[in-house]
Amino acid sequence: MPLDAVEAKTGADIDLQISDLHAWYGESHILHGINLELRRGEIVTLLGRNGAGRTTTLRAIMGLTGKRTGSIKIKGTETVGMPTHRIAHLGVGYCPEERGVYASLSVEENLLLPPVVKPGGMTLEELYEMFPNLAERRDSRGTQLSGGEQQMLAMARILRTGADLLLLDEITEGLAPVIVERLGQVLTFLRGRGYTVVLVEQNFHFAAPLADRHYVIEHGQVVETVLKEELKEKTELLNSYLSV
Amino acid sequence: MMELIGISPQVLLGQLLLGLINGSLYAVLSLGLAIIFGLLNIVNFTHGAQYMLGAVAAWAGLKFLGLNYWWALILSPVVVGAIGVLIEKTMLKRLAHVDHLYGLLLTFGLALIFEGSLVHWLGVSGQPYPVPPELRGGVNLGFMFLPWYRGWVVVASLTVCLLTWFLIERTKIGAYLRAGTENPALLKAFGVNVPLLVSLAYGYGVALAAFSGVLAAPIFQVSPLMGSNLIIVVFAVVVIGGMGSITGSIFTGLMMGVIEGLTKVFWPEASATVIFVIMAIVLLVRPAGLFGRA
Repeated sequence: MPLDAVEAKTGADIDLQISDLHAWYGESHILHGINLELRRGEIVTLLGRNGAGRTTTLRAIMGLTGKRTGSIKIKGTETVGMPTHRIAHLGVGYCPEERGVYASLSVEENLLLPPVVKPGGMTLEELYEMFPNLAERRDSRGTQLSGGEQQMLAMARILRTGADLLLLDEITEGLAPVIVERLGQVLTFLRGRGYTVVLVEQNFHFAAPLADRHYVIEHGQVVETVLKEELKEKTELLNSYLSV
Repeated sequence: MMELIGISPQVLLGQLLLGLINGSLYAVLSLGLAIIFGLLNIVNFTHGAQYMLGAVAAWAGLKFLGLNYWWALILSPVVVGAIGVLIEKTMLKRLAHVDHLYGLLLTFGLALIFEGSLVHWLGVSGQPYPVPPELRGGVNLGFMFLPWYRGWVVVASLTVCLLTWFLIERTKIGAYLRAGTENPALLKAFGVNVPLLVSLAYGYGVALAAFSGVLAAPIFQVSPLMGSNLIIVVFAVVVIGGMGSITGSIFTGLMMGVIEGLTKVFWPEASATVIFVIMAIVLLVRPAGLFGRA
């Protein structure tokens, strides 16, 4: 669905609206005025080279960077200046790049850890059905899982909370093709359920068929927005941005 | 058979039991330190003073308010723990992002302030605290006479350790605590109020110190400096067990008490230093501690 600027500005169904976002880690100025907007049910990707600021954008949304300026509105609520632990309660689920599976917690404890932030999340049974491996290993320590299982766990964990705006950082990184395919199915399922998703992704072939839009980030700014329909004609351009 | 090596079973078992009593106090104290270190990354040098405050609060409660031992056992930890929460909220919180050393200096300074002010008020000599009437007397075990109160100290300490272990390892709040120890930033991102969790953990660790202070009050006398000697030994226990390890701190606390007791039998002169020798050896062989993760 192409972004309709007029409707977007007036519509109440904007899940995430970021304007002129700057973020710092200590003294380093990483984000230099990010602008992006997601309507409910959209999936977008943040593309770009390593170090371009994609992970930092997600971390800034969660309030995990240092100083932030500009505006991040989540479902209409301004969150710049809000403490991190309150942001999730607006319905945000965050899956970090390093997956963040807790070693001192069992698989099931990991699953049950994030507080429910909204009604309508998936039940433990539904999650075990979706990720049968986790059901088998529910009593294992979090870090005894394989990389793929840890990724499943990191995803499943935020689907239980009722969060419907998901920030997913490099969920396919380093995983076997069969697991990447499974994650693709999960995302397609989530799209069907109306989740809003921001994907930071290196694997363009994974992201391309799933996303409505692609934002290319370079030097902490959005330098290009590519709609799904424009992918063919802009392939060259994207390659030029993404090639190392 | 033990007579052969010149030691009567009476002496041996007696010292073992005394060691167990000291060990159970070490266990509660080092458990509190472990919880605090895990979540706050602060070596709480005020711990000895907070143990002392627990005892002094019990003594003052009895003297000025007529609150008996059982009330003190509940109220002292609550009051001293609440002061701990206040300290965390107003001071320690600001040190969360700087070097460990500052936390150490601050907590050490606080200990000096607490102890110094109370010395000014009470003097350095100990004030007696009576054994509660319910626990007076004792039982003859054949090899030694066990005062009921000392038995109670072991039972109460171990019960509190066990409950704390259960709280941390088997409950939801414990899962938050473990997760907060491991990766607090992500826990915040999940929507858990980590700053509150940190305050409560500090308060709980401090309350444990105060609890052992009340337990100790009838055995040792209540004096402003009663914590300063003990706490050095407890730090050695924490280092041996592994900084931040919950089960490690409980087991090591008991073990070190018993080893100290045994050393009193076999080589009395070394009993004051044996724990530090063990600490040195552990640091050389296994720097993360016996139960610590490297």
